[in-house]
Amino acid sequence: METIIFYILAAIIILFAVASVTSRKILRAVIYLLFVLIGIAGLYFLVDYNFLAAIQLTVYGGGIIVLFIFAVLLIHHVELELEKTALKKKLIAGALSAAGLAVTLWAISTYPFPVTDTYTSIEVADIGLLLLSYEDGGFILPFEVISVLLVAVMIGAIVIAKGSRLSEDRSRKTEVGSQKTEVKN
Amino acid sequence: MIAGISIYDILTLTSILFFIGVYGFFTRENLITVLMSVELILNASAVNFVLINTYLYPDLLQGAVFSIFIIALAAAETALAIAIIINLYKLIYSVEVKDTETMKY
Repeated sequence: METIIFYILAAIIILFAVASVTSRKILRAVIYLLFVLIGIAGLYFLVDYNFLAAIQLTVYGGGIIVLFIFAVLLIHHVELELEKTALKKKLIAGALSAAGLAVTLWAISTYPFPVTDTYTSIEVADIGLLLLSYEDGGFILPFEVISVLLVAVMIGAIVIAKGSRLSEDRSRKTEVGSQKTEVKN
Repeated sequence: MIAGISIYDILTLTSILFFIGVYGFFTRENLITVLMSVELILNASAVNFVLINTYLYPDLLQGAVFSIFIIALAAAETALAIAIIINLYKLIYSVEVKDTETMKY
């Protein structure tokens, strides 16, 4: 049963990932990306890591996709189609990606992974304790660094997105320049 | 771990997802779609962290914690990049890669 669900999820993830990078309608590409992210949340549910699946659904499915949709709606007309990529570029990128995939798959298939048969599901309480532990192997420092990073990103995003238009800037600069020349005269 | 699925199947799936993201990163000419390809790449690596943790070291939690950090960093990176893209659109009325030759004017 779990095998069948895994293959269905794998098919969904790969099909919608291909659709997401090849679709020429940008809003549809964003929705295909949403399906990929939900499929990955399903993978996390399959390995009994419910906490990360919930984070994946809220942060990615709820936050990042809405951010993308807002950006698309602010920038593009909804029905606008993207420019066609040149066939030569597509072929080169496809060949490079296929070569990289072949090397990676070869490396994976020849490496003997020491898989263990024991199995424990990941508990949220253990993750919380590990994140806040300051003993050996604890993650308190990266946890704090991430919180500082998030504050910096919030302030940075506000400051950057508030930037003024180029034409206004230019007119303001020319005004200032003309005033200076007037003063000189 | 998932019953009946070996770690090779899962690593194959995530490698395919990763290189689909790389293909999109090479071919897309719009900044928002390039960012979406980066999201695919980051997600593939986060799945790898979690699944290698559950398959090889089920009594440890390092992979699970690192996947949480990856998701936090991806969210931060996306928010900042979309702010930059919207500001760029205000400046030059375009978000195509070929029009953004000069980041500083």
